[in-house]
Amino acid sequence: MYGLADCNNFFVSCERVFQPALNGRPVIILSNNDGCVIARSNEAKRLGIKMGHPFFQLDTLIKRHNIAVFSSNYALYSDMSRRVQQTLRSICPATEVYSIDESFLNLQGVKDEELDAFGHYVSAKVLKDTGIPISVGISHTKTLAKIASKLCKQYPKLRGSCYMHRPQDIEKVLRKFPVEDVWGIGRRFSAMLKSRNISTAYDFAQLPLDFVRSKMHLGGMKTWYELHGHPCIEFETQIPDKQQIMVSRSFSKELDTVEDVKEQVALFISMAAEKLRRQRSVCQAMHVFLLTNRFRHEQEQHYDNRLVTLPAPSDSTVELADIAVRTAVQLFRQGTFYKKAGVALTQISPKESVQTVLFDEIDREKHDKLMTALDKINEKQGQRAVVVATAGFDGIRMNRNHLSQNYTTDWNDILEIHC
Amino acid sequence: MANIDIFTPHSHHDKIPVVEGIHAGFPSPAEDYAEPVLDLNRYVVKNQASTFYARISGDSMVGVGIQDGDIVVIDKSLEPTNDQIAVCFIDGEFTLKRIHIENGRLFLMPHNPAYPPIEITEENHFQVWGIVTYVIKKM
Repeated sequence: MYGLADCNNFFVSCERVFQPALNGRPVIILSNNDGCVIARSNEAKRLGIKMGHPFFQLDTLIKRHNIAVFSSNYALYSDMSRRVQQTLRSICPATEVYSIDESFLNLQGVKDEELDAFGHYVSAKVLKDTGIPISVGISHTKTLAKIASKLCKQYPKLRGSCYMHRPQDIEKVLRKFPVEDVWGIGRRFSAMLKSRNISTAYDFAQLPLDFVRSKMHLGGMKTWYELHGHPCIEFETQIPDKQQIMVSRSFSKELDTVEDVKEQVALFISMAAEKLRRQRSVCQAMHVFLLTNRFRHEQEQHYDNRLVTLPAPSDSTVELADIAVRTAVQLFRQGTFYKKAGVALTQISPKESVQTVLFDEIDREKHDKLMTALDKINEKQGQRAVVVATAGFDGIRMNRNHLSQNYTTDWNDILEIHC
Repeated sequence: MANIDIFTPHSHHDKIPVVEGIHAGFPSPAEDYAEPVLDLNRYVVKNQASTFYARISGDSMVGVGIQDGDIVVIDKSLEPTNDQIAVCFIDGEFTLKRIHIENGRLFLMPHNPAYPPIEITEENHFQVWGIVTYVIKKM
């Protein structure tokens, strides 16, 4: 059996942990630059606010319904995500982090009759320890587990966990489940399926396998089998080495200014991202590390590193460099001499198979065009003719007028409690 | 006087035998006993995923040594029990008090005679946010 633990309205929930007064109040989170809505509380969804809704159009609604507005605070969300993942791992060691707010659980070790209670325990424990409400779906395959977790969100009666295993229950659910929401179907296939009157997961599962094979190839077949309860999508607890792209260097002269470190990290990430694009892949996490000289014992020794999960799979140098540079700045310690630095892109998958995030805050198409142009110039003019400027990535130029505090990553920003 | 044997170095030993792996000096007799340095995090933080920090303002808890400007370590994973110091969320605001249950009634107890205890009733919006486990104080 497989489980999927999915955080409910994750970004909103992160803000609510530190501002419990927001519970029950409509909350929206804006994209970088405060452009459009990228996350909504249930109350905001009920007001008809859609993903991707331009922020400037919401003035009246915000005033009328006292909607709380936040700029996206990725430092906070990524730390809270780490806490949720850590708690999940402490209960169920075999977990696979799928995205910032979703993890798969391998439940082979749990007895069937205990699965229902187990799911509720996981859900309650994560809520208690981290303050983040989650929906746990448990079923025969990852694809069905995802559907079960979506069910939890629709029905609060399920109290955060849904164990969906009887064939008649599964059929009942699939008959109502929109085909475009099935994991792995994607926008392209759902249009094709709908034009053939295939509108639910059940309709899709009833299609002859030959049809699925001819129209949707291996990916579609996997989904089809998974809906029939046969696990086809592997469980990946560890990223194989070849699925990692690392660029690191030792410096001839040690670096001790944040500017130098930023510049080097930006260069490394540009190289890594280029490799990533060359193999037509995207990554969903990156490791950034800084190392002091371990042969100079008079100095303090550090191996500072951090794993960052991206909001969506990416191959854009601009986006990756932004995150890498910001992470390096966080790791940087004043008065330290760095001998080596590096970045490693992980959780790599083929670009074609990526399920697009609806109303992604990044215009992927635009980035794709830019990256293609960048690669072409660099190919013609020689390496590094065009590189990303690190100066623009401080977040200074970004509009983030509604940013909450970095409650968990900055001592100046921790909760203030009056007593 | 006892006989003294004098040993002279063998002159044909022009090479000093070297034991592989030891480059200079004497091996530390403590080497096998080396332990990692004491890490305050490991002492104070029992559950990293559920540990949060908050800065205190106000003086209602001076009696238990929690003063203005102190930082408290909060563990959300702990179950609240009687007479523990807890971060509470009451009617839209955070506060920090000792939770005290007496005859089925719930009180938030200050530790400063200038402040009265607060009784929590059905009408209050009340939640225990986390349990205070340590106080960090600059002397």
